[in-house]
Amino acid sequence: MKLWKTILAAATLALATGASAFAARTDLVIGITLEPPHLDPTAGAAAAIDEVLYANVFEGLTRIGPNGEVLPDLAESWAISDDGKVYVFKLHTGVKFHDGTDFNADDAKFSLDRARADNSVNAQKGLFAAIDKVEVIDPATVKVTLKNPQGSFLYNMGWGDAVIVAPESADTNKEKPIGTGPFKFQSWAKGSSITLVKSDNYWGAPVALDKAEFRVVPDAAAAVPALLSGDVQAFPFFDPDSVAQVQGDPRFKVVIGATEGETILAINNKKPPFDKLQVRQAISFALDRKAIIDGASAGLGVPIGSHMSPANKDYVDLTGLYPHNVDKAKELLKEAGLENGFKATLKLPPPSYARLGGEIIASQLRDVGIDLEIIPVEWAQWLDQVFTKKDYDLTIVSHTEPNDIDIYSRKDYYFNYDNPAFDKIIAELNLTSDEAKRKTLLGEAQKILADDAVVGFLYELPKVGVWDAKLQGLWENAPIQANDLTKVKWTD
Amino acid sequence: MPSVWTKQDSGPVTAMTAYLLKRLAIAFATLVLASMVVFAVLEIIPGDPARLMLGMNASADQVELLRNQMGLNAPLALRYLHWAGGLLSLDFGRSYTYSVPVIDLVRERVVVSLPLALIALALSTLIAIPVGLFSAGRHGRAGDTIAMGAAQLGVAVPNFWFALMLIYLFAVWLRLVPAGGFPGWGAGIWPALKALVLPAIALALPQAAILARVTRSALIEVLNEDYIRTARAKGLPYRAVLWRHALRNAMIPVLTILGLQFAFLLAGTIIIENVFYLPGLGRLVFQAITQRDLIVVESVVMLLVAAVIAVNLLVDLSYAVVDPRLRSRP
Repeated sequence: MKLWKTILAAATLALATGASAFAARTDLVIGITLEPPHLDPTAGAAAAIDEVLYANVFEGLTRIGPNGEVLPDLAESWAISDDGKVYVFKLHTGVKFHDGTDFNADDAKFSLDRARADNSVNAQKGLFAAIDKVEVIDPATVKVTLKNPQGSFLYNMGWGDAVIVAPESADTNKEKPIGTGPFKFQSWAKGSSITLVKSDNYWGAPVALDKAEFRVVPDAAAAVPALLSGDVQAFPFFDPDSVAQVQGDPRFKVVIGATEGETILAINNKKPPFDKLQVRQAISFALDRKAIIDGASAGLGVPIGSHMSPANKDYVDLTGLYPHNVDKAKELLKEAGLENGFKATLKLPPPSYARLGGEIIASQLRDVGIDLEIIPVEWAQWLDQVFTKKDYDLTIVSHTEPNDIDIYSRKDYYFNYDNPAFDKIIAELNLTSDEAKRKTLLGEAQKILADDAVVGFLYELPKVGVWDAKLQGLWENAPIQANDLTKVKWTD
Repeated sequence: MPSVWTKQDSGPVTAMTAYLLKRLAIAFATLVLASMVVFAVLEIIPGDPARLMLGMNASADQVELLRNQMGLNAPLALRYLHWAGGLLSLDFGRSYTYSVPVIDLVRERVVVSLPLALIALALSTLIAIPVGLFSAGRHGRAGDTIAMGAAQLGVAVPNFWFALMLIYLFAVWLRLVPAGGFPGWGAGIWPALKALVLPAIALALPQAAILARVTRSALIEVLNEDYIRTARAKGLPYRAVLWRHALRNAMIPVLTILGLQFAFLLAGTIIIENVFYLPGLGRLVFQAITQRDLIVVESVVMLLVAAVIAVNLLVDLSYAVVDPRLRSRP
């Protein structure tokens, strides 16, 4: 009994000291699910790299803001020629890299040329494809000439893959990243955590945090106790299924936002019987999106009718095109000569939206006579078999890249979709920078994909963030996968 | 068989050396065979590390470029020989994803996993032997039934669930230890040990349950032997009989299980290190498999194979320590 009291007293004391320490806090531990393989955003596709470094350590000419808008970054302003082919960027002066070297136009030229070089292994090399040449006008001015006008050029320069690096440190950024951002890299305990500290000679508005640690917590079941014990104060990308465990707790804020992740039931458009429009439409009619969102995403997520985020300004609501209608689906299958149904496979990668959603979709398609065999695969297998070799019938995946409707016009992409009318719109879109015209074209593109029922459009992946109620400034939405800490601070 | 006689005649030391040499030769052959199996199996599983690194927006040409940079396009046999040859000179290759030598990764991780496994092993032995002695001494009585019931529960409870219960009790509610993570030995012995306490308990308890049952049944068997009756008959107290005569003779099966458990402990760390997000070898292998960082998986698995073989060798030798009759076995 006495021991019991001592333990309780100790626990209360621990709670009390913990609480009083919150007042003047300038440190933060952020939980991330996957550890980045390395720390160079220009040399890998892993979202985890940007989650740690984007906007914190590395900066680009432009940057993407909390709601997906393009903002000036290292370039304070720019001028675009009338033909839309020449961009002249005016750069900030007095900017230093974390190793003390100066940033100027030479670094900008170096970074862009490096990313688009023949031997470049930049994972988003396509972002730089339109660039014809990069010239240094003076130390604070850089001129980029494009081969053709490109509507999304300024947005492209805001990706993590387009950040500015220095020639002296470019080759060692994987282990020791050197950028121009408000935080500098301090240490990386592999498998455990990455620590950033405030950079003293930052050129822009100073940040409130002195120290930020990104701690790798791979297991969703471990994330909840990590929050409850106070070890980790924020999980910007939290598992939707675990939200119920922290929702009612006043110590935490649960923030549901939008991502750029279109979750789709991808269809191999060249493989019979999926080459028939009626079959693909039948699948779309057979899907009950609400049931899928409830079962695969804890009821969180917005239904979509084409490949565009509902949060996007150019979004067109096409969810009414294929309402859940089993009879209509059966009718279409009959038209396609498949009144007795057919068998197919459904390959599911590891994320829970795919594994849980797959079970529900299989049962929904069974109702219209399509018998699916579920095959769980690892990411590596998925990339190999489904994405590269196109050896699949159906699969579920979320396309998290922003503004990526053009993937449907890519030759040899895993959808095996080929529609010259769609390709024409995308080609025109690439050359258009007028906002109103872009909106019309993007609307048409969304309409074509929905009409063709290229894939089964399911829902927009939610961004579920959970963090300490006293914490302010973390992103609500995820227009790109990043944890921008520049505005984050503790309040009382 | 004159040769056998000579060996025996030349005394236990030479016999022991011959025995040791034979065991070492077998261990080496096992390692070579294991390296072939490990390499072949991992090369067969689908997945391309270069494509994984570059993601879905990279072109096929770029993936090919990275494959060449990683040295993945060399013929299979050549890559095996290169890797296996490297192992002989303790060169474990370079990680595809981290692009640092594998040995550096292992060195960072082993300082977490090895102490964890050793603490768990010590803990399970310290719990299991007394419980086994206690139970065997009260064979069939209430104390025995309760202890063995608890052991049954220990065997049945999944260790990841048990780990979560420990976390909620000691980290969330009582706040005595962190819920997970590892501060590194640089942060001091005490904080580091604190981070290992719960994982070690979670690992040790199921092992202790098994070991306690084995200890108990081995002891009960020995206690039925004639020499125990003799020892009791000559007036030796029960406790002395249990400790001096019975336990020593019951040690062989216990040591065997202990050796096997070391392999299980290493495997168990994969799950436990995930639940407690400890940067150990188990996590490293797990991550490397999902990222298709094959060279890391292959090299770490070989290290684990070597560790298990070494432990088995130690167990074999310990039989000879416990049982003098085995020392002179040819």
